[in-house]
Order: sequence, then structure tokens, then C-alpha cells
Amino acid sequence: MTDIAWLREDFPLLVNNPEIAYLDNAATTQKPREVMDAVRDYYELENANPLRGLYDLSVRATEAYEFARQAVRDFIGAASEREIIFTRNASESLNLVAFCLSEAFLKEGDEILITVMEHHSDLLPWQQAARRHGAVLRFIECDSHGLITEENFRSCLTDRTRIVAMTHISNVLGVKNDIRTFAALAHSRGAVFVADGAQSVPHIPVNVQDLGVDFLAFSGHKMLAPMGIGVLYGREAVLEKLPPFLYGGEMIEYVTRESATYAELPHRFEAGTVNVGGAVGLAAAIRYYGKIGFHFIEEREKALSEYAMERLCQVPHLRLLGAEKAEDHHGIFTFTIDGVHPHDIAAILDEEGVDIRAGHHCAQPLMQFLGTPSTVRASLAFYNTEAEIDRLAEALMTVRRRMGYDD
Amino acid sequence: MMIKSFYNQILTDHNLRPGNKHDLPEANYVLRGVNPSCGDDITLRLKVEDGVIEDGAYTGDGCAVSQASADIMLDLIIGRPVEEAEALSGLFLKMVRDKVTGEELERLEEAAALQDISHMPARVKCAVLGWHTLDNILADLKALDK
Repeated sequence: MTDIAWLREDFPLLVNNPEIAYLDNAATTQKPREVMDAVRDYYELENANPLRGLYDLSVRATEAYEFARQAVRDFIGAASEREIIFTRNASESLNLVAFCLSEAFLKEGDEILITVMEHHSDLLPWQQAARRHGAVLRFIECDSHGLITEENFRSCLTDRTRIVAMTHISNVLGVKNDIRTFAALAHSRGAVFVADGAQSVPHIPVNVQDLGVDFLAFSGHKMLAPMGIGVLYGREAVLEKLPPFLYGGEMIEYVTRESATYAELPHRFEAGTVNVGGAVGLAAAIRYYGKIGFHFIEEREKALSEYAMERLCQVPHLRLLGAEKAEDHHGIFTFTIDGVHPHDIAAILDEEGVDIRAGHHCAQPLMQFLGTPSTVRASLAFYNTEAEIDRLAEALMTVRRRMGYDD
Repeated sequence: MMIKSFYNQILTDHNLRPGNKHDLPEANYVLRGVNPSCGDDITLRLKVEDGVIEDGAYTGDGCAVSQASADIMLDLIIGRPVEEAEALSGLFLKMVRDKVTGEELERLEEAAALQDISHMPARVKCAVLGWHTLDNILADLKALDK
């Protein structure tokens, strides 16, 4: 076991709630003190409306905001900060790209290809886009372990495929899709490739140029940053062809009574006063990632995943969904216990101070495919401990007896 | 190991061995109740004659709280006049949302086992699903009378 007490000290919520085993990190992570300090410092020292004020304070707020954009560009390996659009969260990023891509490129009879394992936020915007433009929404199926093969992917691409959207890591099964291969195949057929990085960017190094994606969406709050800040990466050559998403202040160049011309990238896609505090917090989170290092994070989460898998498999009547190898779960463990409803499992774990998620995880088509309407999900972060996984496993061992079963 | 848990024996017994979870072909009032957010789903069937709930049953899926609560409710209301069932439902809702007196708690019989749900806001909707469905049937009944 690794002693990571030093690291947990960085997270005030963990320190303030020693009775809680927080295992719902795929929903949102806790925040290090440095992130909260950065947000407070921004509001105490530099706050003004950015991008338009002519006085020094506004210039400093603008600099803080644009500095955060550079930090994001470096973090995901984008070619230019013109390709980094700040949003509220991954859902808004996906709504933006689905709306604008479909307005620009989608014609009647065209196809949008997504997978059965998408989060609702990477499904509903495409459903609507298809409906608006008379396009067809097609689904790639996975196997019971969540695997999508290259062969399967190829067989779903057609001459009418204009857009492919796919999660990088599934929020239910933890399985990682081979985005690099799929993006290259999509491009070979002339389709645009959109990746949902909400569960990957916080846990593995993600480089947009290496993956070859045209768009990547992710949320700040799942990667140590405050809620209310998210990112849409868009490849400049594609982004340039898209119409605006929201209209209003800051996104214009020149406006008359009847018409307007729009600002340069990325401001064209950031209407209204932006969330500088959130962006500053995200930049601080990225600095924290840099300090801890993905090498450490990946090793740590892999070790925790192996331990969690071992402990969960010892729980009688527990059925784990997804891959057989611990490392293929990327810290996400979704399961059921025979005869006990997931909401009752969650309530019993809550009585023991173990915080997990129960329900359909905003991925109902996948739950239907897996044949279970509701499941329990424990999801890990690098700051979790083996002791917390022990508490999860021990509480799970008591669930059936507490629900009146003899074993 | 003794564990103090919200899931007391009355609740778990009604969940695992429900007495009223079955079809009721002679029912003259049937209504489905659903919690879309968590998937609790019950269908309540009542046989009402001359203002008295002569028989009742339910079928469905969901968490122990939603299923046991419906089973306990039926034990309580079968054989009672509609007005009494309505009053008991009102008391149950009061218990899970706020507080009831000791005397009121006694009138709720085994349904009192769900008292602690008032401390679990996320689960109140599970506990009241059967009772809301009952209220909806009783409201329809009254509308028909007028």
C-alpha cells in the first residue's frame, strides 16, 4: 500500500470529512486547495469584466482568462489557443458542436454515427440534430464487455456518414475506445470525428493531435476544477466553417440594426460574459495535474483498480459489468447484487459513509443493451485509498443480510 | 453483527415476502405509478364496492422502499371505507415529509416502520409512490361520484 496521506492533505473536503469514503469521482471530483485559492485570488485581486474594459483591471482579468486558455491548449496538445472554446461543461460543449456541425454540414439522408454506450449528453444533441435536418442517427453496438472492434466500426461507416461521435472512456463500463484508429477511419470516409473526453481527460494523458480528433469535449469539475467550466476543442480548419452557437455580447465584430459580423476564433463561440473564475480554477487544476504527474496518476489508479476488482469479486452475489481485466476499467466499476435494488444498495452504503452512484448513469440505451435498468457504480480517483475500497467491499458484504436474506 | 439500519425487519419482510404483490382480475380500479428518475414502477389494483376497498393488490419493480411501502399500504387499507383510506394516506404523507404525533403513528400501524424516511429526502419519492397512486385512484372515484 502506498502512503498517500500527504496528497489527501491537499483536498480540504477529504480532510474535513474523514468519515466519508468518496467513490463517485466519475460524477465529480473533489478540489485541491490550490484550485480554490486560485479562484478566490482571482476574485480578490483581478476581477473585472474581461475582453472589453479599457482599464488595467479588466486587462488583467482578460489576461487571466487567456492564460487559462493557453494552459488548456498545452494540456491537450492543441495546435493553437484559437481551438479552445470555454463552455459550462462537456454537455454544453457537445450541444455546441452537434448544433453547429449539423447546421454547417448535415443534409437530408446523411448519417450521424454514435455508439450505444454514449452518455445522454452525447446522444440527445445528435438525436435533435438528426431530427432537424432529416438525417439518420445510427448506433455502433459493443459486446458485453463494452468492446467495439475495428471490424464492427468499419461495417457501420457508409458513404453517407458525415459525423462520428464517440466517448473516449465509457462512464458506465470504464472501457476505452480506440479513438485514434476510429478517427482515422472516419476521416478516410470524409466524416468529422467528435470525441467525448469527460471520463478520459481527467485520468489519462490526452493529446488531440495524436488522437487525430476534430473535436473533444470535457468538463472541468470531473478533473479537480470548479463546476461551471468546460472545454470544447475544435480543429481550426473545421471550426472556421461553423456558424455561431449563441449570439450576444463579446462574440461580434460589427453590428448594425439588420446584421452582424462575428468575432475571430475562439470568441465567436463564447457569447456573453464568460466564467473567468472557473477558467482560472481549471488552469490551477491543470497545474496540479502537472505537479502530481500523469505517470503517478495512472500508476496509482491502476493499482487501485486492481485492488478494487479483487475485493469486489470476493463479494457474494455481486455481478460486475464490463471488462475482465482491472486495467480496462479505468477506475470505473459498475455492478449489481442479486435480489437487491441498486438504490437500496446506495442507501445502505450511505449509512456506512460510502458514497457511490446508483441508477442508469445517464446512459439508458447502454443499460437497455446490458439488460439491467439500474446499477451501482463506484469510481476511483488517484486520491482514493485501499482502506476506502475495503470499506466499500465490507459494506457490500452486509447488504444482502441487511435486506433480509440469509446469505 | 448487529447493524442499526433504516432497513428494519418490517420493511425487508414486506419487500422479500409481499402479501399483496399479485394480479387482481376482479379489480375495478387500476392505475400505474412511475418514478421516472429512479425507475420505480408499480401498478395498483383496487376492488371498490359501495365506498369500501374490498380488495387490493399491486405488481411492479423498484427499490425495497417503493415495493414494501405499497405492500404495507394495502395491508392497511383493504377492508376500509374510501374516506378512511384517504385519511391514512394523508397521515402517511405527513409522516414522511414532516412529523406526526404518537397517536397518529399508531393509526398507521406497520407503515410507521417507514418513519425514518423523513431523514432521507432522496428516498421520500420511493416511499410515497404507492400512496400517491392510491390518492389518484381515490380522486377519480370521487370525481365519478359527483
